[in-house]
Amino acid sequence: MPTDTWVDGVTPEPGVAKPDPILVVDGVTRRFGGLKAVDVEHVEFQRGAITALIGPNGAGKTTFFNLLTGFDRPDAGTWTFDGRRMAGMAAHKVARIGMVRTFQLTKALSRLTVMENMKLGATKQKGESFARALLPPLWRKQERGIEDRAADLLARFKLDNKRDDFAGTLSGGQRKLLEMARALMVQPDIVMLDEPMAGVNPALTQSLLGHVKDLRTQGMSVLFVEHDMDVVRDISDWVVVMAEGKIISEGTPDHIGQDRKVIDAYLGASHDAPTTPEEEQRQLAEAEAALDAETAEREQLQP
Amino acid sequence: MNWEFILGRSLSSAIGSDAAVFALAAIGLNLHFGYTGLLNFGQVAFMALGAYGLSVTVATLGLSLWWGIPIGLALSVTLALLLGLPTLRLRADYLAIVTIAASEIVRFVARSVSMRGVTGGSFGLSGFADEFYAVNPIPGGSYGFGVVQFSARALWVIAVAWGLVAIISLMVYVLMHSPWGRVLRSIREDEDAARSLGKNVYSYKMQSLVLGGLFGTIGGFMYAISQQSVQPDTYSTPVTFYCYAIIILGGTARVLGPVLGSMIFWGLLSFTDTALRQAVGAGYIPTAIMDGTQVGQSRFVLLGLGLMLLMIFRPQGILGDRREIALDAH
Ligand SMILES: Nc1ncnc2c1ncn2[C@@H]1O[C@H](COP(=O)(O)OP(=O)(O)OP(=O)(O)O)[C@@H](O)[C@H]1O
Ligand SMILES: [Mg+2]
Repeated sequence: MPTDTWVDGVTPEPGVAKPDPILVVDGVTRRFGGLKAVDVEHVEFQRGAITALIGPNGAGKTTFFNLLTGFDRPDAGTWTFDGRRMAGMAAHKVARIGMVRTFQLTKALSRLTVMENMKLGATKQKGESFARALLPPLWRKQERGIEDRAADLLARFKLDNKRDDFAGTLSGGQRKLLEMARALMVQPDIVMLDEPMAGVNPALTQSLLGHVKDLRTQGMSVLFVEHDMDVVRDISDWVVVMAEGKIISEGTPDHIGQDRKVIDAYLGASHDAPTTPEEEQRQLAEAEAALDAETAEREQLQP
Repeated sequence: MNWEFILGRSLSSAIGSDAAVFALAAIGLNLHFGYTGLLNFGQVAFMALGAYGLSVTVATLGLSLWWGIPIGLALSVTLALLLGLPTLRLRADYLAIVTIAASEIVRFVARSVSMRGVTGGSFGLSGFADEFYAVNPIPGGSYGFGVVQFSARALWVIAVAWGLVAIISLMVYVLMHSPWGRVLRSIREDEDAARSLGKNVYSYKMQSLVLGGLFGTIGGFMYAISQQSVQPDTYSTPVTFYCYAIIILGGTARVLGPVLGSMIFWGLLSFTDTALRQAVGAGYIPTAIMDGTQVGQSRFVLLGLGLMLLMIFRPQGILGDRREIALDAH
């Protein structure tokens, strides 16, 4: 249960200021041809909280993640992480300063073992420099420490019996678990999970949710994309809703569930006949965006 | 058919200097392609820079042979940077195009008329490796057993070349069992995943390109020395593809894959060559099917056939891991 009290003082409206934001985004936009995939005026994410980012397919959630983590470049906009200006920073540097993301389409490193996947996640490894790699005594001790930490995490994620298997042999759900555990090896301040529960069996979802809540206990901030409203209600302190690239609503899970704008966005407003020409235009654009998203998804699925 | 002769010749080739030279170049390519997933189709350019770096230093500049080594290595690093800087941020196929083009450019420049005063043009250069043979500690004479015989000179080249193969293989072994090697392999699997974990993918790809290129260049040194001559057309595109054949034969992403692959490659080539020649000579193969002059090409046809059979029955190569190949389907 979200027990934090900071939410009480925050008005549930798009772009509202948070008492202690870790991530502050200003005017970030990204166009793909004629489509404005992301158009975020202002949004803040609270430190030490679990924030859910929800929105219909094609709302721009993944693109927003890509922009924030340096995997894509915005057309405009700035954002700060822990007070640091982030625009233009390369993806690997973003990860190194403590902002780590996972991918909607899981990226297990197939021909590395599960343990190797985990160990890769550790930062500041001495043995990752070419010259020191040639002299194993310089990094052996650190490597053992990393391995112990990895083994602990694998046990927590119930992957310890897979540690010497190639990651490519894992099931889809296990890969999701591995990717999340691997991200934690980086020891981030904020984890950004793109649909971490997709494809994970319900029994495991419960334990995964437990892990996410643990992260908050350990002082990490979590931002995650999720379609399952039960999950969102269960673990998130705050919910940010995106549609057509914009932040259309913010609030506690309870508040979001009753927000008219959110319901409209999810149902494409088609449950009401268009009353004005503007409304009709909007519906058309939405239908188009939905189609686009579908094509994009089909393309993404093809290797 | 004199089987002792055929097998002896095959063995001589398998442990000869050409096999060691190609092992060196293939170790470099294995680092690129097998471990990092870089598509380098111009490994021969790095060999050519070694060969020409050495020969031009001696024959044209009149410097000592030992100066040729740092000069060749510096040229190699320069080429790797030139190739990598613009392409390693882009998709994998860009490097492939640029490397194959670069290898042809190197060859054409070396053989061009205007470069005759430097590289000897299409005639190349020769007689520049005397200093290498002057330090040969092996007393004159012939060494070996049966039909496998090497002169003291040949043995000296073989010893140095295989010594380098051993040292470099050991180096690759240590590197690939280190966190550095783990990053390279993760890049081969998925660049974005490596980036999301804080790895500077561009820098690692560059390190891999430079290092693998240097191994090719060292192979080029030994090739030039073993032949005491360089000719531009020796360094044409098929050489790169022999290197690919070698690593696939031996097993990609295996430390000893290129070494074993090269020995088998040269052993088999020599085997088919001598066996076919003898069969034609003894009349077992009628001249209507093949005469002695066609053996040269036919051995490559047979080798290709052999590679195809290998791909069918052992797609992971001789030292490869079948489980890894099964994962490629993803
Ligand atoms: N590389 C791209 N080129 C062109 N259009 C793109 C690209 N990436 C995303 N888009 C488009 O941008 C829009 C937002 O896509 P995005 O993947 O961010 O949505 P999402 O909210 O993550 O959706 P989902 O819930 O289905 O994952 C979609 O309309 C999509 O088609
Ligand atoms: Mg998405």
